[in-house]
Amino acid sequence: MQTNLKVKRFNPGEPGAQPYFQEYSLDVHPDSTILDALIQVREEVDGTLAMRCSCRASICGSCGMRVNGRARLVCKTRVEAVAPNGEQLVIEPMGNQRVVKDLVVSLDTFFDQIKRVDPFLKPDSVPEQGEFIASNESMTNLLISMNCIMCGCCVSDCTVLEVDSNFIGPAALAKAWRFTEDPRDGQRDERLKKLNDEDGGIWDCTRCMQCVEVCPKDVAPMDRIMEMRDAAIKAGNRNTSGYHHTESFYNSVKKNGRLDETRLAIDSAGWTNIPRLLDLAPIGFKALLKGKMPPVMPHKAEDKQKIKDLYEKVEGEQK
Amino acid sequence: MYEHDLLIIGAGLAGLRAAVEGVRNGLKTAVITKVHPVRSHSNAAQGGINAPLTDRGDEWEGHALDTIKGSDYLADQDAVEIMSREAGDAVLELERMGVIFSRGEDGRLGTRRFGGQKVARTYFVGAITGSAMLHVLYEQALKHGLQVYEEWFVTSLIKEEGAVRGVIALDIKTGELHAIRAKAVLMAAGGAGRVFEPSTNALICTGDGLSLAWRAGAPLMDMEMIQYHPTTLARTGILLSEAARGEGAYLLNSEGDRFMQKYAPDYMELASRDVVSRAEQTEINEGRGIEGNVLLDLRHLGRQFIEDRLGYLQEVAVEFMGIDLTEQPVPVRPGMHYIMGGIKTNADGETEVPGLFAAGECANVSVHGANRLGANSLLDTIVFGRRAAVKSVDYVKTIGESGSNSESYLEAEKKRLQALLDRKPGHRTAVIRNEMAVNMTEGIGVFRDQASMERALAKVHEMRKKYDEGIYVEDKGKVFNTDLVFALELDFMLDCAESVAVGALMRKESRGAHFRTDMQDRDDENWLKHTLSYKSEEGVRTDTLDVTITQWQPVKRVY
Repeated sequence: MQTNLKVKRFNPGEPGAQPYFQEYSLDVHPDSTILDALIQVREEVDGTLAMRCSCRASICGSCGMRVNGRARLVCKTRVEAVAPNGEQLVIEPMGNQRVVKDLVVSLDTFFDQIKRVDPFLKPDSVPEQGEFIASNESMTNLLISMNCIMCGCCVSDCTVLEVDSNFIGPAALAKAWRFTEDPRDGQRDERLKKLNDEDGGIWDCTRCMQCVEVCPKDVAPMDRIMEMRDAAIKAGNRNTSGYHHTESFYNSVKKNGRLDETRLAIDSAGWTNIPRLLDLAPIGFKALLKGKMPPVMPHKAEDKQKIKDLYEKVEGEQK
Repeated sequence: MYEHDLLIIGAGLAGLRAAVEGVRNGLKTAVITKVHPVRSHSNAAQGGINAPLTDRGDEWEGHALDTIKGSDYLADQDAVEIMSREAGDAVLELERMGVIFSRGEDGRLGTRRFGGQKVARTYFVGAITGSAMLHVLYEQALKHGLQVYEEWFVTSLIKEEGAVRGVIALDIKTGELHAIRAKAVLMAAGGAGRVFEPSTNALICTGDGLSLAWRAGAPLMDMEMIQYHPTTLARTGILLSEAARGEGAYLLNSEGDRFMQKYAPDYMELASRDVVSRAEQTEINEGRGIEGNVLLDLRHLGRQFIEDRLGYLQEVAVEFMGIDLTEQPVPVRPGMHYIMGGIKTNADGETEVPGLFAAGECANVSVHGANRLGANSLLDTIVFGRRAAVKSVDYVKTIGESGSNSESYLEAEKKRLQALLDRKPGHRTAVIRNEMAVNMTEGIGVFRDQASMERALAKVHEMRKKYDEGIYVEDKGKVFNTDLVFALELDFMLDCAESVAVGALMRKESRGAHFRTDMQDRDDENWLKHTLSYKSEEGVRTDTLDVTITQWQPVKRVY
């Protein structure tokens, strides 16, 4: 079948070089993956095209790239699935990472993030012989994160990293989860506290779901982050605006049946956190001018008793 | 100038296990690797790792005998004994480092069965055992602050007074060549699967380590022993783990028969890999295949079981074939998978060249002989990776500072690479590689004979000539010039291909994976021997070496 690729090229090694797009049109096998097509370009058309690839079986994690604006493992993406009628495929390097050349990005950022979460088992004591005793369920559970092949697709499309390079990032946080949930690890509370307190930690995720969407191995990093938030709160970490935000949301809906947005903003910042409240003031003022200011006295839902009942039911189940 | 006590080439399981040991022993250790460590091909090992755990009733002798029988009696039995005795500790240590091995009801490690063995002694992490182990060893490397030269490609070894004293390497990201000195160099650079087409191996498996060691004077041993894995996907050749059969999957021919009944009535689908691959190829050749394949049937295992224990297989079948294993059998065929042959080492990883150690797939200890058992390769990497590093500790102590001639090596390599870049338009790397690799599979396949092997060797010579006269690197840039790296890899692959073909022609019998249709019997009288190939001025110089037999005399091999 016919395939049309539009590939972003850039060689910073050349003085004055600027990124540009190059188009390739080629005939590929009907079962071809996008990687097969790119290899065909490299072997038959243009030997200067730089990309990483190795296993061709979605286990080595080398070939993350953006296809039509979305990060994918190209060895696992068949041409026919995304361009059944020969539609043009736009291939670009992954985002949020420095381009080394063409489709190759630097992995330094990615692995610096990984290193931030102490990515190795820290047991209290190690058995001298034999293995740690642990249930099969607890080990199988960890597979969710162990399936991560560190391809970087989640980091590429993370909307927080786009604006805040200090965020630990979805891959590293999924890696952290693998240790907080490992019954053999002895530092669960310390890890959770650090991830909770740290600038760029678990509360900086905005729950945009991009990492869940693009992960080729179903690691669902955002779900792992949310589980760590729950775990951190349960472990007594209630000092973050993230926690106050959650708590305010919860109480407001329980009380009024609706969200009290004004209170939410102040609760999240903290009533005594003057600098943060001053930060909010201009936003409030702008909102006021545009007629978007939420009412000071919150609206209440008409049938808020139903919502209270729901709360009681769920809270009862949790007990 | 970069200087180390121990420089390890390759960051797969053997390399990282060796590195951890080097650091623990106080050596100034570094790893140099052409891809990031977690991209290494150890990732692709799916099914598990064998270990006779004697603290729960298994016996090391049982595993040793299964391994030796699997090897068709070509393995050196003293080396196998060491591997089998150390296996339990090696696997348990990995668990204590953090590998999330599957468990049994009692919370201790759980097992599955693997080929060529009646005892279930294969420990596993779903169908991603290699990946799970590699990532944990990488965690340990981070914990120890191991220095890693990431995406550096070794182009040659530095030798001084007959001993290896470092490497010349290309920093792929900058395009600069550097000399890295080391008192000892440990080759852990993996296999040479890309010498064949198709192959289950990753594109990085280009035999660099084998060729580098061979060029430095170390012999390659039993290179004719090429493993064809019985279950690789139709067309793409992607691997489907033996774990499928270990967990009970059937192999069926076009008539719906479990044909292994004819070939291995006792072990059925779990006979040795060479036996199963030959059986499949026979069925296909005799017209009972389906478009060059047979069928692997998992349907009776049930959806939950498949998703829990063989999840990655299901992912591969769905993504690459559009087949749901719970609903349909999947077409498979034998595919090149592993090279039993490699750099000749003793059980301490020492090669015949002082200062050069080797471990993992590029080495030949020899514990796999003429056919490797499934789940013994991971074991090989961690047992002998560790042992080689331990031995290098002793060696490093004996090495003082010496006059350095690395500058002359560096200058020579700079010239060689520049000459490669300056060539006039000629043949693309891929053209020569594909012609070589397709012919290697045709000539030295599951079945082979004198004529087919001679054709393969002639083709290798032809391709070597074509390479030397006309290889062309289109990319002239410095930064991330993969075109240049591929040309250098092909140079290494041609060395490996020649040694494979020469070894195959040397061995006048059938044994394990080396099955000659023109000499179908094993000949213990004359060929209980290893084949050796050395580099010499006149090309490949050959020799043989007796196999070490301890307590297991060769007997007829029946499954």
